[in-house]
Amino acid sequence: MSQLPQDLKYTKSHEWVRTRPDGTLEIGITDHAQHALGDLVFVEVPEGGRSVTAGDACAVVESVKAASDVYAPVSGEVLEGNGQLAAAPETVNTDAYGAGWLYRLRPAAGALAAAALLSAADYQKVLDAEGG
Amino acid sequence: MAFIPHTEADVAAMLKTIGAACLEDLFDEIPPQLRIKGLEHIPEALNEMQVGRLMSERARADGQLLSFLGAGAYEHHIPSAVWAITTRGEFYSAYTPYQAEASQGTLQMIYEFQTMIARLTGMEVANASMYDGASATAEAALMAVRANRRSHAARILVPTTLHPHYRRVARNTTHNQGLRFEELPYLAESGTLDARALAAFEGEDITALVIQQPNFFGRLEEVDALTDWAHARGALVIAVVNPTSLALLKPPGRWGAKGVDIAVGEGQPLGVPLSCGGPYVGFMTARMEHVRQMPGRIVGRTLDVAGNSGFTLTLQAREQHIRRAKATSNICTNQGLLMTAATIYLSLMGAEGLKRTAAASHARTRELVGLLTRVPGVRAAFAGPTFHESVLQLDRPVAAVLKGLATRGIGGGLDLSGYYPELGHALLVCATETKTSADLERYRASLGEVMQAARAA
Repeated sequence: MSQLPQDLKYTKSHEWVRTRPDGTLEIGITDHAQHALGDLVFVEVPEGGRSVTAGDACAVVESVKAASDVYAPVSGEVLEGNGQLAAAPETVNTDAYGAGWLYRLRPAAGALAAAALLSAADYQKVLDAEGG
Repeated sequence: MAFIPHTEADVAAMLKTIGAACLEDLFDEIPPQLRIKGLEHIPEALNEMQVGRLMSERARADGQLLSFLGAGAYEHHIPSAVWAITTRGEFYSAYTPYQAEASQGTLQMIYEFQTMIARLTGMEVANASMYDGASATAEAALMAVRANRRSHAARILVPTTLHPHYRRVARNTTHNQGLRFEELPYLAESGTLDARALAAFEGEDITALVIQQPNFFGRLEEVDALTDWAHARGALVIAVVNPTSLALLKPPGRWGAKGVDIAVGEGQPLGVPLSCGGPYVGFMTARMEHVRQMPGRIVGRTLDVAGNSGFTLTLQAREQHIRRAKATSNICTNQGLLMTAATIYLSLMGAEGLKRTAAASHARTRELVGLLTRVPGVRAAFAGPTFHESVLQLDRPVAAVLKGLATRGIGGGLDLSGYYPELGHALLVCATETKTSADLERYRASLGEVMQAARAA
Protein backbone atom coordinates (compact mmCIF):
# COMPACT_ATOMS: atom_id res chain seq x y z
CA MET A 1 0.00 0.00 0.00
CA SER A 2 1.48 3.29 -1.10
CA GLN A 3 1.70 6.18 1.32
CA LEU A 4 -0.11 9.34 0.23
CA PRO A 5 0.71 12.62 1.98
CA GLN A 6 -2.54 14.56 2.43
CA ASP A 7 -0.97 17.98 1.84
CA LEU A 8 0.08 17.24 -1.76
CA LYS A 9 -1.85 17.37 -5.03
CA TYR A 10 -1.60 14.58 -7.59
CA THR A 11 -2.10 13.77 -11.27
CA LYS A 12 -3.50 10.72 -13.04
CA SER A 13 -0.03 10.24 -14.56
CA HIS A 14 1.41 9.76 -11.04
CA GLU A 15 3.16 13.07 -10.42
CA TRP A 16 2.80 14.90 -7.12
CA VAL A 17 2.79 18.70 -6.64
CA ARG A 18 3.74 20.56 -3.47
CA THR A 19 2.97 24.27 -3.10
CA ARG A 20 5.91 25.88 -1.31
CA PRO A 21 5.51 28.88 1.04
CA ASP A 22 6.67 31.29 -1.69
CA GLY A 23 4.02 30.04 -4.11
CA THR A 24 6.43 28.04 -6.27
CA LEU A 25 5.82 24.35 -6.88
CA GLU A 26 7.90 21.26 -6.23
CA ILE A 27 7.18 18.26 -8.43
CA GLY A 28 8.03 14.59 -8.15
CA ILE A 29 6.67 11.13 -8.88
CA THR A 30 4.51 9.26 -6.43
CA ASP A 31 5.57 6.36 -4.28
CA HIS A 32 3.26 4.18 -6.36
CA ALA A 33 5.11 5.27 -9.53
CA GLN A 34 8.60 4.64 -8.13
CA HIS A 35 7.46 1.26 -6.87
CA ALA A 36 6.06 0.32 -10.29
CA LEU A 37 9.27 1.39 -12.05
CA GLY A 38 11.61 -0.45 -9.72
CA ASP A 39 15.18 0.60 -8.96
CA LEU A 40 15.92 3.87 -10.72
CA VAL A 41 19.28 4.06 -12.45
CA PHE A 42 19.01 7.48 -14.06
CA VAL A 43 16.90 10.60 -13.71
CA GLU A 44 16.92 13.38 -16.29
CA VAL A 45 15.60 16.64 -14.89
CA PRO A 46 14.78 19.85 -16.78
CA GLU A 47 17.12 22.84 -16.82
CA GLY A 48 16.23 26.01 -14.99
CA GLY A 49 14.67 28.69 -17.23
CA ARG A 50 12.73 26.30 -19.41
CA SER A 51 9.07 27.16 -20.05
CA VAL A 52 6.70 24.24 -19.88
CA THR A 53 3.04 23.77 -20.67
CA ALA A 54 0.89 21.45 -18.58
CA GLY A 55 1.14 17.99 -20.15
CA ASP A 56 4.65 18.49 -21.59
CA ALA A 57 7.12 15.68 -21.00
CA CYS A 58 9.86 17.44 -19.07
CA ALA A 59 11.76 14.81 -17.10
CA VAL A 60 12.65 11.15 -17.64
CA VAL A 61 12.94 8.50 -14.97
CA GLU A 62 14.80 5.40 -16.05
CA SER A 63 14.85 2.09 -14.23
CA VAL A 64 16.51 -1.16 -15.22
CA LYS A 65 13.36 -2.14 -17.08
CA ALA A 66 11.81 1.06 -18.41
CA ALA A 67 12.31 4.72 -19.14
CA SER A 68 9.25 6.88 -18.52
CA ASP A 69 8.42 10.50 -19.11
CA VAL A 70 7.34 12.73 -16.27
CA TYR A 71 4.81 15.34 -17.37
CA ALA A 72 4.44 18.92 -16.23
CA PRO A 73 1.25 19.03 -14.14
CA VAL A 74 1.07 22.84 -14.32
CA SER A 75 2.25 25.38 -16.90
CA GLY A 76 5.10 27.66 -15.87
CA GLU A 77 8.83 28.23 -15.82
CA VAL A 78 11.26 25.66 -14.43
CA LEU A 79 13.32 27.17 -11.59
CA GLU A 80 15.71 24.28 -11.12
CA GLY A 81 16.07 20.53 -11.50
CA ASN A 82 17.14 18.43 -8.54
CA GLY A 83 20.88 18.17 -9.25
CA GLN A 84 21.38 15.59 -6.46
CA LEU A 85 19.60 12.93 -8.51
CA ALA A 86 22.32 12.69 -11.15
CA ALA A 87 24.62 11.01 -8.63
CA ALA A 88 21.90 9.40 -6.51
CA PRO A 89 18.83 8.48 -8.61
CA GLU A 90 17.82 5.92 -5.97
CA THR A 91 16.73 8.84 -3.77
CA VAL A 92 13.47 8.79 -5.77
CA ASN A 93 12.94 5.20 -4.62
CA THR A 94 13.80 5.85 -0.98
CA ASP A 95 12.21 9.28 -0.48
CA ALA A 96 9.75 9.93 -3.31
CA TYR A 97 7.96 12.81 -1.57
CA GLY A 98 11.02 14.44 0.01
CA ALA A 99 14.62 14.49 -1.20
CA GLY A 100 13.48 12.68 -4.35
CA TRP A 101 11.73 15.74 -5.82
CA LEU A 102 12.50 16.20 -9.53
CA TYR A 103 12.15 19.91 -10.27
CA ARG A 104 10.74 23.21 -9.04
CA LEU A 105 8.44 25.37 -11.09
CA ARG A 106 7.08 28.92 -10.96
CA PRO A 107 3.49 28.49 -12.15
CA ALA A 108 2.19 30.84 -14.82
CA ALA A 109 -0.56 33.23 -13.66
CA GLY A 110 -3.71 31.25 -12.98
CA ALA A 111 -2.08 28.00 -14.12
CA LEU A 112 -2.35 26.27 -10.78
CA ALA A 113 -6.08 26.93 -10.57
CA ALA A 114 -6.50 25.83 -14.20
CA ALA A 115 -4.67 22.54 -13.67
CA ALA A 116 -7.06 19.73 -12.80
CA LEU A 117 -5.02 18.35 -9.91
CA LEU A 118 -6.31 15.59 -7.70
CA SER A 119 -6.57 15.49 -3.92
CA ALA A 120 -4.96 12.59 -2.08
CA ALA A 121 -8.37 10.93 -1.76
CA ASP A 122 -9.12 11.31 -5.49
CA TYR A 123 -5.67 10.02 -6.44
CA GLN A 124 -6.28 7.03 -4.18
CA LYS A 125 -9.37 6.30 -6.26
CA VAL A 126 -7.21 6.37 -9.41
CA LEU A 127 -4.88 3.85 -7.82
CA ASP A 128 -7.77 1.68 -6.70
CA ALA A 129 -9.17 1.72 -10.25
CA GLU A 130 -5.77 0.67 -11.59
CA GLY A 131 -5.72 -2.19 -9.15
CA GLY A 132 -3.00 -0.55 -7.06
CA MET B 1 17.78 -22.56 -33.60
CA ALA B 2 16.97 -24.65 -36.64
CA PHE B 3 15.10 -23.00 -39.50
CA ILE B 4 12.96 -25.65 -41.16
CA PRO B 5 10.36 -24.54 -43.71
CA HIS B 6 6.88 -26.04 -43.67
CA THR B 7 6.17 -29.10 -45.78
CA GLU B 8 3.08 -29.18 -48.00
CA ALA B 9 1.49 -31.51 -45.45
CA ASP B 10 2.17 -28.94 -42.67
CA VAL B 11 0.56 -26.18 -44.72
CA ALA B 12 -2.46 -28.36 -45.53
CA ALA B 13 -2.88 -29.23 -41.84
CA MET B 14 -2.72 -25.58 -40.82
CA LEU B 15 -5.22 -24.53 -43.48
CA LYS B 16 -7.58 -27.29 -42.37
CA THR B 17 -7.30 -26.15 -38.76
CA ILE B 18 -8.35 -22.59 -39.56
CA GLY B 19 -10.93 -23.70 -42.12
CA ALA B 20 -9.34 -22.18 -45.21
CA ALA B 21 -9.34 -24.04 -48.51
CA CYS B 22 -6.11 -22.65 -49.86
CA LEU B 23 -3.43 -20.02 -49.13
CA GLU B 24 -5.11 -17.55 -51.51
CA ASP B 25 -8.11 -17.47 -49.18
CA LEU B 26 -5.94 -15.78 -46.56
CA PHE B 27 -5.64 -12.74 -48.81
CA ASP B 28 -9.28 -12.47 -49.87
CA GLU B 29 -9.77 -9.24 -47.88
CA ILE B 30 -7.49 -7.42 -50.33
CA PRO B 31 -9.76 -5.94 -53.05
CA PRO B 32 -9.16 -7.54 -56.47
CA GLN B 33 -8.37 -4.20 -58.14
CA LEU B 34 -5.38 -3.75 -55.79
CA ARG B 35 -3.93 -7.12 -56.66
CA ILE B 36 -1.61 -7.69 -59.57
CA LYS B 37 -1.46 -10.78 -61.71
CA GLY B 38 2.21 -10.60 -62.53
CA LEU B 39 5.25 -8.33 -62.54
CA GLU B 40 5.51 -6.93 -66.06
CA HIS B 41 9.07 -5.68 -66.08
CA ILE B 42 10.59 -8.46 -64.04
CA PRO B 43 12.12 -11.23 -66.18
CA GLU B 44 11.53 -14.93 -65.53
CA ALA B 45 13.42 -16.39 -62.61
CA LEU B 46 16.85 -17.87 -63.29
CA ASN B 47 18.11 -20.98 -61.59
CA GLU B 48 21.19 -20.94 -59.38
CA MET B 49 23.52 -22.11 -62.16
CA GLN B 50 22.27 -19.42 -64.56
CA VAL B 51 22.62 -16.71 -61.92
CA GLY B 52 26.16 -17.83 -61.10
CA ARG B 53 27.10 -17.64 -64.77
CA LEU B 54 25.48 -14.24 -65.32
CA MET B 55 27.23 -12.81 -62.28
CA SER B 56 30.68 -14.05 -63.32
CA GLU B 57 30.13 -12.51 -66.77
CA ARG B 58 29.18 -9.18 -65.19
CA ALA B 59 32.19 -9.36 -62.85
CA ARG B 60 34.49 -10.03 -65.81
CA ALA B 61 33.06 -6.98 -67.59
CA ASP B 62 34.06 -4.86 -64.57
CA GLY B 63 37.62 -6.09 -64.98
CA GLN B 64 40.22 -5.91 -62.25
CA LEU B 65 40.99 -2.21 -62.09
CA LEU B 66 44.08 -1.06 -60.28
CA SER B 67 42.14 1.28 -58.01
CA PHE B 68 43.21 4.68 -56.73
CA LEU B 69 39.70 5.53 -55.63
CA GLY B 70 39.10 6.38 -51.97
CA ALA B 71 36.52 9.02 -50.99
CA GLY B 72 35.19 7.20 -47.94
CA ALA B 73 35.86 3.55 -48.84
CA TYR B 74 39.42 2.26 -48.84
CA GLU B 75 41.16 -0.76 -50.27
CA HIS B 76 43.33 -2.31 -47.59
CA HIS B 77 44.87 -5.74 -47.37
CA ILE B 78 42.59 -8.07 -45.42
CA PRO B 79 44.34 -11.04 -43.79
CA SER B 80 42.65 -14.31 -44.86
CA ALA B 81 41.94 -15.21 -41.25
CA VAL B 82 39.50 -12.27 -40.91
CA TRP B 83 36.75 -13.72 -43.06
CA ALA B 84 37.63 -17.36 -42.33
CA ILE B 85 36.78 -16.63 -38.69
CA THR B 86 33.94 -14.17 -39.33
CA THR B 87 32.02 -16.65 -41.48
CA ARG B 88 32.10 -19.41 -38.88
CA GLY B 89 28.58 -20.49 -37.96
CA GLU B 90 28.92 -19.18 -34.43
CA PHE B 91 29.37 -15.61 -35.69
CA TYR B 92 27.52 -15.69 -38.97
CA SER B 93 24.65 -13.30 -38.33
CA ALA B 94 24.09 -9.59 -38.91
CA TYR B 95 21.93 -9.37 -35.81
CA THR B 96 22.58 -8.64 -32.21
CA PRO B 97 20.57 -11.35 -30.50
CA TYR B 98 17.26 -10.56 -28.80
CA GLN B 99 17.84 -13.17 -26.11
CA ALA B 100 21.18 -11.53 -25.83
CA GLU B 101 22.58 -13.05 -22.67
CA ALA B 102 22.20 -16.54 -24.11
CA SER B 103 24.86 -15.64 -26.67
CA GLN B 104 27.91 -14.92 -24.52
CA GLY B 105 30.33 -15.33 -27.44
CA THR B 106 28.55 -12.72 -29.55
CA LEU B 107 28.36 -10.35 -26.60
CA GLN B 108 32.04 -10.78 -25.87
CA MET B 109 32.84 -10.01 -29.51
CA ILE B 110 30.81 -6.79 -29.32
CA TYR B 111 32.47 -5.89 -26.02
CA GLU B 112 35.92 -6.35 -27.58
CA PHE B 113 34.85 -4.21 -30.57
CA GLN B 114 33.65 -1.42 -28.25
CA THR B 115 36.87 -1.60 -26.27
CA MET B 116 39.10 -1.40 -29.34
CA ILE B 117 37.10 1.45 -30.89
CA ALA B 118 37.06 3.38 -27.60
CA ARG B 119 40.84 3.01 -27.29
CA LEU B 120 41.46 3.92 -30.93
CA THR B 121 39.38 7.09 -30.66
CA GLY B 122 40.49 7.91 -27.10
CA MET B 123 36.85 8.16 -26.09
CA GLU B 124 35.17 6.87 -22.92
CA VAL B 125 32.41 4.72 -24.40
CA ALA B 126 31.62 3.07 -27.74
CA ASN B 127 28.42 1.38 -28.88
CA ALA B 128 27.98 -1.96 -30.65
CA SER B 129 28.22 -0.34 -34.15
CA MET B 130 26.07 1.64 -36.56
CA TYR B 131 25.00 1.05 -40.18
CA ASP B 132 27.83 3.04 -41.75
CA GLY B 133 29.85 6.23 -41.36
CA ALA B 134 27.21 8.43 -42.99
CA SER B 135 24.30 7.22 -40.85
CA ALA B 136 26.54 7.36 -37.76
CA THR B 137 27.17 11.03 -38.55
CA ALA B 138 23.43 11.67 -38.86
CA GLU B 139 22.80 9.88 -35.57
CA ALA B 140 25.57 11.90 -33.94
CA ALA B 141 23.82 15.12 -34.97
CA LEU B 142 20.55 13.90 -33.44
CA MET B 143 22.39 12.77 -30.33
CA ALA B 144 24.06 16.17 -29.98
CA VAL B 145 20.66 17.86 -30.04
CA ARG B 146 19.50 15.61 -27.19
CA ALA B 147 22.74 15.92 -25.24
CA ASN B 148 23.35 19.67 -25.49
CA ARG B 149 20.70 20.89 -23.11
CA ARG B 150 22.00 24.44 -23.07
CA SER B 151 21.19 24.76 -26.75
CA HIS B 152 17.63 25.09 -28.04
CA ALA B 153 18.39 25.84 -31.68
CA ALA B 154 19.06 22.28 -32.98
CA ARG B 155 21.62 23.98 -35.19
CA ILE B 156 24.65 22.07 -36.42
CA LEU B 157 27.67 23.65 -38.14
CA VAL B 158 28.98 21.41 -40.89
CA PRO B 159 32.07 22.17 -42.97
CA THR B 160 31.76 21.51 -46.69
CA THR B 161 34.96 19.51 -46.24
CA LEU B 162 32.76 16.81 -44.64
CA HIS B 163 32.07 13.99 -47.13
CA PRO B 164 29.25 15.19 -49.45
CA HIS B 165 27.35 11.90 -49.02
CA TYR B 166 27.54 12.21 -45.24
CA ARG B 167 26.08 15.71 -45.45
CA ARG B 168 23.23 14.45 -47.61
CA VAL B 169 22.49 11.45 -45.40
CA ALA B 170 22.51 13.69 -42.31
CA ARG B 171 20.04 16.08 -43.95
CA ASN B 172 17.78 13.28 -45.16
CA THR B 173 17.78 11.46 -41.83
CA THR B 174 16.97 14.54 -39.79
CA HIS B 175 14.77 16.29 -42.37
CA ASN B 176 11.55 16.01 -40.38
CA GLN B 177 13.13 16.52 -36.98
CA GLY B 178 13.75 20.23 -37.10
CA LEU B 179 17.54 20.17 -37.32
CA ARG B 180 19.30 22.98 -39.16
CA PHE B 181 22.64 22.42 -40.84
CA GLU B 182 24.77 25.47 -41.58
CA GLU B 183 27.57 24.81 -44.06
CA LEU B 184 31.00 26.30 -43.46
CA PRO B 185 33.24 27.05 -46.47
CA TYR B 186 36.85 25.93 -46.91
CA LEU B 187 39.94 27.90 -47.85
CA ALA B 188 40.75 27.64 -51.56
CA GLU B 189 44.49 27.50 -50.93
CA SER B 190 44.53 24.87 -48.16
CA GLY B 191 41.35 22.81 -48.61
CA THR B 192 40.64 23.10 -44.90
CA LEU B 193 37.81 24.75 -43.01
CA ASP B 194 37.91 28.56 -43.22
CA ALA B 195 38.00 29.51 -39.53
CA ARG B 196 37.05 33.09 -40.41
CA ALA B 197 33.57 31.80 -41.30
CA LEU B 198 33.05 30.91 -37.64
CA ALA B 199 32.99 34.59 -36.71
CA ALA B 200 29.51 34.88 -38.20
CA PHE B 201 28.21 32.58 -35.46
CA GLU B 202 29.68 34.45 -32.48
CA GLY B 203 27.10 34.89 -29.74
CA GLU B 204 24.57 32.63 -31.44
CA ASP B 205 23.03 29.40 -30.18
CA ILE B 206 25.02 26.58 -31.80
CA THR B 207 24.28 22.99 -30.84
CA ALA B 208 27.31 21.28 -32.33
CA LEU B 209 30.21 21.59 -34.73
CA VAL B 210 31.14 18.67 -36.98
CA ILE B 211 34.82 18.18 -37.86
CA GLN B 212 36.03 15.51 -40.28
CA GLN B 213 39.66 14.47 -39.84
CA PRO B 214 41.24 13.84 -42.29
CA ASN B 215 38.68 15.82 -44.26
CA PHE B 216 37.10 14.77 -47.53
CA PHE B 217 40.09 16.17 -49.46
CA GLY B 218 42.47 14.11 -47.31
CA ARG B 219 43.68 17.31 -45.63
CA LEU B 220 44.18 17.75 -41.90
CA GLU B 221 41.97 20.26 -40.09
CA GLU B 222 43.06 22.41 -37.13
CA VAL B 223 41.16 20.12 -34.80
CA ASP B 224 42.47 21.46 -31.49
CA ALA B 225 41.59 25.09 -32.18
CA LEU B 226 38.19 24.17 -33.68
CA THR B 227 37.29 21.95 -30.73
CA ASP B 228 38.20 24.63 -28.21
CA TRP B 229 36.33 27.29 -30.22
CA ALA B 230 33.14 25.23 -30.13
CA HIS B 231 33.40 24.31 -26.46
CA ALA B 232 34.02 27.91 -25.45
CA ARG B 233 30.66 28.76 -27.06
CA GLY B 234 28.65 25.95 -25.45
CA ALA B 235 28.57 23.82 -28.59
CA LEU B 236 29.34 20.11 -28.63
CA VAL B 237 31.94 18.74 -31.03
CA ILE B 238 31.27 15.77 -33.32
CA ALA B 239 34.38 14.20 -34.85
CA VAL B 240 34.13 12.14 -38.03
CA VAL B 241 37.32 10.11 -38.25
CA ASN B 242 39.02 7.44 -40.34
CA PRO B 243 39.93 4.55 -37.99
CA THR B 244 43.15 3.67 -39.84
CA SER B 245 44.38 7.25 -39.55
CA LEU B 246 43.98 7.13 -35.77
CA ALA B 247 47.02 4.86 -35.57
CA LEU B 248 49.03 7.99 -36.44
CA LEU B 249 46.88 11.04 -35.74
CA LYS B 250 45.81 12.45 -32.39
CA PRO B 251 42.60 10.65 -31.32
CA PRO B 252 39.47 12.83 -31.07
CA GLY B 253 39.29 12.14 -27.32
CA ARG B 254 42.36 14.40 -27.03
CA TRP B 255 41.46 17.18 -29.45
CA GLY B 256 41.70 20.58 -27.78
CA ALA B 257 41.62 21.07 -24.04
CA LYS B 258 38.65 18.75 -23.39
CA GLY B 259 38.45 16.32 -26.31
CA VAL B 260 35.36 15.97 -28.50
CA ASP B 261 31.92 14.94 -27.23
CA ILE B 262 31.01 12.41 -29.91
CA ALA B 263 33.27 10.65 -32.40
CA VAL B 264 31.95 8.56 -35.29
CA GLY B 265 33.30 7.04 -38.45
CA GLU B 266 33.21 4.43 -41.16
CA GLY B 267 34.61 1.07 -40.07
CA GLN B 268 34.99 -0.33 -43.61
CA PRO B 269 38.79 0.15 -43.69
CA LEU B 270 38.99 -2.39 -40.85
CA GLY B 271 38.71 -5.67 -42.72
CA VAL B 272 35.65 -5.02 -44.88
CA PRO B 273 36.21 -5.38 -48.64
CA LEU B 274 35.14 -2.74 -51.16
CA SER B 275 31.73 -3.76 -52.41
CA CYS B 276 29.57 -1.35 -54.41
CA GLY B 277 29.18 0.97 -51.44
CA GLY B 278 28.23 -1.56 -48.81
CA PRO B 279 27.23 -3.12 -46.55
CA TYR B 280 29.77 -1.29 -44.45
CA VAL B 281 29.85 -0.64 -40.71
CA GLY B 282 29.79 2.56 -38.69
CA PHE B 283 31.14 3.17 -35.23
CA MET B 284 30.10 5.66 -32.59
CA THR B 285 31.79 6.80 -29.40
CA ALA B 286 31.10 9.47 -26.81
CA ARG B 287 32.06 10.93 -23.48
CA MET B 288 30.51 8.98 -20.62
CA GLU B 289 28.35 11.96 -19.59
CA HIS B 290 26.40 11.61 -22.87
CA VAL B 291 26.01 7.83 -22.81
CA ARG B 292 22.28 7.90 -22.15
CA GLN B 293 21.68 9.93 -25.27
CA MET B 294 23.65 7.48 -27.39
CA PRO B 295 21.69 5.41 -29.92
CA GLY B 296 22.17 1.70 -30.40
CA ARG B 297 23.28 -1.02 -28.09
CA ILE B 298 26.07 -1.23 -25.58
CA VAL B 299 27.44 -4.45 -24.16
CA GLY B 300 28.76 -4.38 -20.64
CA ARG B 301 30.84 -6.77 -18.58
CA THR B 302 29.37 -7.90 -15.28
CA LEU B 303 29.24 -10.67 -12.70
CA ASP B 304 26.45 -13.24 -12.50
CA VAL B 305 24.83 -14.39 -9.25
CA ALA B 306 27.58 -16.97 -8.77
CA GLY B 307 30.28 -14.35 -9.19
CA ASN B 308 31.33 -15.48 -12.69
CA SER B 309 32.34 -12.87 -15.21
CA GLY B 310 29.88 -12.47 -18.08
CA PHE B 311 28.57 -10.05 -20.69
CA THR B 312 25.21 -8.36 -20.88
CA LEU B 313 23.32 -5.75 -22.86
CA THR B 314 23.21 -2.52 -20.91
CA LEU B 315 21.26 0.72 -21.33
CA GLN B 316 18.46 -0.93 -23.26
CA ALA B 317 15.76 1.12 -21.56
CA ARG B 318 15.87 3.85 -24.23
CA GLU B 319 15.65 1.50 -27.19
CA GLN B 320 12.63 1.16 -29.42
CA HIS B 321 11.31 -2.13 -28.01
CA ILE B 322 10.86 -0.35 -24.67
CA ARG B 323 10.55 3.37 -25.49
CA ARG B 324 8.67 2.94 -28.78
CA ALA B 325 8.41 6.31 -30.56
CA LYS B 326 10.50 8.02 -27.88
CA ALA B 327 13.50 5.74 -28.35
CA THR B 328 16.85 7.46 -28.91
CA SER B 329 16.88 6.06 -32.46
CA ASN B 330 15.70 3.22 -34.66
CA ILE B 331 19.09 1.53 -34.32
CA CYS B 332 18.90 -1.78 -32.48
CA THR B 333 20.14 -4.48 -34.71
CA ASN B 334 23.25 -3.29 -36.49
CA GLN B 335 26.09 -4.47 -38.66
CA GLY B 336 26.99 -7.39 -36.42
CA LEU B 337 28.79 -9.41 -39.06
CA LEU B 338 30.95 -6.54 -40.30
CA MET B 339 31.60 -5.47 -36.72
CA THR B 340 32.88 -9.01 -36.14
CA ALA B 341 35.22 -8.70 -39.14
CA ALA B 342 36.48 -5.32 -37.88
CA THR B 343 37.17 -6.76 -34.43
CA ILE B 344 39.10 -9.72 -35.83
CA TYR B 345 40.98 -7.42 -38.24
CA LEU B 346 42.03 -5.12 -35.40
CA SER B 347 43.05 -8.02 -33.18
CA LEU B 348 45.17 -9.54 -35.97
CA MET B 349 46.78 -6.25 -36.97
CA GLY B 350 47.40 -5.04 -33.45
CA ALA B 351 48.42 -1.48 -32.70
CA GLU B 352 51.71 -1.94 -34.55
CA GLY B 353 50.13 -3.46 -37.66
CA LEU B 354 47.56 -0.69 -37.91
CA LYS B 355 50.29 1.92 -37.50
CA ARG B 356 52.33 0.32 -40.29
CA THR B 357 49.24 0.22 -42.55
CA ALA B 358 48.52 3.88 -41.89
CA ALA B 359 52.15 4.94 -42.37
CA ALA B 360 52.49 2.94 -45.61
CA SER B 361 49.22 4.41 -46.97
CA HIS B 362 50.40 7.92 -46.14
CA ALA B 363 53.81 7.33 -47.76
CA ARG B 364 52.27 5.77 -50.90
CA THR B 365 49.91 8.69 -51.36
CA ARG B 366 52.74 11.21 -51.04
CA GLU B 367 54.73 9.23 -53.56
CA LEU B 368 51.74 9.07 -55.91
CA VAL B 369 51.08 12.80 -55.72
CA GLY B 370 54.79 13.46 -56.34
CA LEU B 371 54.70 11.30 -59.46
CA LEU B 372 51.40 12.49 -60.89
CA THR B 373 52.15 16.19 -60.46
CA ARG B 374 55.16 15.67 -62.75
CA VAL B 375 52.72 14.90 -65.58
CA PRO B 376 52.19 18.04 -67.70
CA GLY B 377 48.79 19.59 -66.99
CA VAL B 378 48.53 18.12 -63.46
CA ARG B 379 49.10 19.98 -60.21
CA ALA B 380 48.22 19.59 -56.55
CA ALA B 381 45.07 21.53 -55.67
CA PHE B 382 45.97 22.28 -52.05
CA ALA B 383 49.13 22.92 -50.08
CA GLY B 384 49.72 21.21 -46.73
CA PRO B 385 49.77 17.77 -45.12
CA THR B 386 47.38 14.96 -46.06
CA PHE B 387 46.77 11.46 -44.75
CA HIS B 388 46.17 9.06 -47.64
CA GLU B 389 44.18 11.12 -50.12
CA SER B 390 44.87 14.21 -52.12
CA VAL B 391 43.16 16.48 -54.65
CA LEU B 392 44.77 17.04 -58.05
CA GLN B 393 43.82 19.70 -60.53
CA LEU B 394 43.94 18.83 -64.23
CA ASP B 395 43.96 21.21 -67.20
CA ARG B 396 40.97 19.44 -68.78
CA PRO B 397 37.71 17.73 -67.73
CA VAL B 398 38.34 14.81 -65.39
CA ALA B 399 35.60 12.49 -66.66
CA ALA B 400 37.25 11.89 -70.03
CA VAL B 401 40.64 11.37 -68.39
CA LEU B 402 39.18 8.77 -66.01
CA LYS B 403 37.63 7.00 -68.99
CA GLY B 404 41.00 6.88 -70.72
CA LEU B 405 42.60 5.51 -67.55
CA ALA B 406 39.88 2.88 -67.20
CA THR B 407 40.63 1.52 -70.68
CA ARG B 408 44.20 1.10 -69.42
CA GLY B 409 42.96 -0.87 -66.39
CA ILE B 410 43.27 1.96 -63.89
CA GLY B 411 40.59 3.33 -61.58
CA GLY B 412 42.03 6.81 -61.41
CA GLY B 413 40.04 8.31 -58.54
CA LEU B 414 36.94 10.42 -58.00
CA ASP B 415 35.90 13.27 -60.30
CA LEU B 416 35.01 16.09 -57.86
CA SER B 417 33.45 18.43 -60.42
CA GLY B 418 29.90 17.34 -59.56
CA TYR B 419 30.47 17.79 -55.81
CA TYR B 420 32.71 20.86 -55.82
CA PRO B 421 32.23 22.69 -59.15
CA GLU B 422 34.29 25.64 -57.82
CA LEU B 423 37.38 23.41 -57.83
CA GLY B 424 37.27 23.07 -61.63
CA HIS B 425 38.80 19.90 -63.05
CA ALA B 426 39.53 18.31 -59.68
CA LEU B 427 40.39 14.66 -59.07
CA LEU B 428 40.56 12.99 -55.65
CA VAL B 429 43.17 10.21 -55.53
CA CYS B 430 44.12 7.70 -52.87
CA ALA B 431 46.87 5.12 -52.48
CA THR B 432 47.01 2.60 -49.66
CA GLU B 433 49.55 -0.01 -48.59
CA THR B 434 48.12 -2.29 -51.31
CA LYS B 435 49.90 -0.31 -54.04
CA THR B 436 53.52 -0.99 -55.05
CA SER B 437 55.96 1.50 -56.53
CA ALA B 438 55.40 -0.24 -59.87
CA ASP B 439 51.63 0.38 -59.53
CA LEU B 440 52.22 4.08 -58.90
CA GLU B 441 54.58 4.30 -61.83
CA ARG B 442 52.00 2.58 -64.02
CA TYR B 443 49.43 5.20 -63.02
CA ARG B 444 51.87 8.02 -63.81
CA ALA B 445 52.75 6.58 -67.23
CA SER B 446 49.09 5.95 -68.11
CA LEU B 447 48.03 9.41 -66.99
CA GLY B 448 50.83 10.90 -69.10
CA GLU B 449 49.59 9.00 -72.15
CA VAL B 450 45.95 9.91 -71.61
CA MET B 451 46.72 13.60 -71.06
CA GLN B 452 48.99 13.74 -74.09
CA ALA B 453 46.45 11.98 -76.30
CA ALA B 454 43.78 14.42 -75.14
CA ARG B 455 46.00 17.42 -75.94
CA ALA B 456 46.79 16.04 -79.38
CA ALA B 457 43.13 15.44 -80.19
